[in-house]
Amino acid sequence: MSSIGTGYDLSVTTFSPDGRVFQIEYAAKAVDNSGTVIGIKCKDGIVMGVEKLITSKMMLPGSNRRIHSVHRHSGMAVAGLAADGRQIVARAKSEATNYESVYGEAIPIKELAQRVASYVHLCTLYWWLRPFGCGVILGGYDRDGPQLYMVEPSGISYRYFGAAIGKGKQAAKTEIEKLKLSELTCREGVIEVAKIIYKVHDEAKDKAFELEMSWVCDESKQQHQKVPDDLLEEAKVAARAALEEMDAD
Amino acid sequence: MNFIASKQPENRLLGPESDTQRTLYPYVTGTSVVALKYKDGILMAADMGGSYGSTLRYKSVERMKPIGKHSLLGASGEISDFQEILRYLDELILYDNMWDDGNSLGPKEVHNYLTRVMYNRRNKFNPLWNSLVLGGVKNGQTYLGMVNMIGVNFEDNHVATGFGNHLARPILRQEWHENLSFEDGVKLLEKCMRVLLYRDRSAVNKLQIAKITEEGVTISQPYSLKTYWEFSAFENPAQGAIGSW
Repeated sequence: MSSIGTGYDLSVTTFSPDGRVFQIEYAAKAVDNSGTVIGIKCKDGIVMGVEKLITSKMMLPGSNRRIHSVHRHSGMAVAGLAADGRQIVARAKSEATNYESVYGEAIPIKELAQRVASYVHLCTLYWWLRPFGCGVILGGYDRDGPQLYMVEPSGISYRYFGAAIGKGKQAAKTEIEKLKLSELTCREGVIEVAKIIYKVHDEAKDKAFELEMSWVCDESKQQHQKVPDDLLEEAKVAARAALEEMDAD
Repeated sequence: MNFIASKQPENRLLGPESDTQRTLYPYVTGTSVVALKYKDGILMAADMGGSYGSTLRYKSVERMKPIGKHSLLGASGEISDFQEILRYLDELILYDNMWDDGNSLGPKEVHNYLTRVMYNRRNKFNPLWNSLVLGGVKNGQTYLGMVNMIGVNFEDNHVATGFGNHLARPILRQEWHENLSFEDGVKLLEKCMRVLLYRDRSAVNKLQIAKITEEGVTISQPYSLKTYWEFSAFENPAQGAIGSW
């Protein structure tokens, strides 16, 4: 799917004759090269999971967090260039605390997604700034219940029931569509997300990976936090078992 | 406008600073807070009065608040400054929580942070007009400290603010000992609060006692102390007065 820009792709402030901004599309490719990131909206909350590709055996497990809390009630999972992701998370945290100090309540997830999307879009408007090379899945729980948003490097943000970005996004999306999300609880959702990530992980191309998961749900008292260790272990075991079952066929 | 405390209102170089005022005096104040270490943690008592000068204007002011998982903050002095301090601490605890790394700020850390804030404000001649008591338990270690508006801070087995320093601490020095039980601690605190109620004009008879242990914070419902006024001198106060017969 490689289309050569030939001259129209040198700056983010240039349109191509067929109305595309190539720099933004190239930024999206950076996201596609990273490990898969999934988010699903279950009936009582949000579950997010990241396939953290381990580049070196020297890395300490639990380091290089890809899922960050943005406020008490929301969190963000990042795919793509990690340093760009840190910027977006920092900005989101600042927007959330600013909203709370002005309006006295936790920022509604819709508002947070809009602000993050505006910020990402901002960096696609000037020639002296490059677009963010990362996509973000934002999950949170506010007055209107659990909500899941995805922000792409172009600055587009939509609300989703299930979203996936990164290497295995096509396969992951197919798997998510098979789930009956409106009937899943978050506990069950954690197991399903783990299964999907293990499934879409490409054993041939990438060797090891670490699974990082977080949730915001009624069980976590509507606070965004890492999935508790025992549940995470349970999910990993179930996912490995499901994989073996598949391989056995 | 003779009360503007800024130094050179005409000096152009000062810019926006010349339009602001620095804290000169407190308006709505809370009176003493008394706290002591006991067997399982900290016990703290404060009444619920907010005085507007000599008027006891607000009678349901909560002057003790939990901070994070491990600390309890009690404040006397300007109530609005206390509310501002609570906002600073809320942001501090929020950012600490967002690390999500299994660690959390303990009472010693919060006390240190508050000391820095209070001292730096004092150096700018714009103090937060409070005396703060910070107590808590983390990993079995009990901590009780105090910091006031000029930045003086220390930790001790029992602390008090304002009038409590003069009326309550002597009692505590006599009667406090290590490993007080919860009941003895409450009795001791109530003894101190009763003296303060009799003798401090800005005290109200509606207090709360808060306790913090490893398990967490509990702040009691407001209640009143029983007082005794049946002294014979009160029954006939003018007896033996000069000019009477």
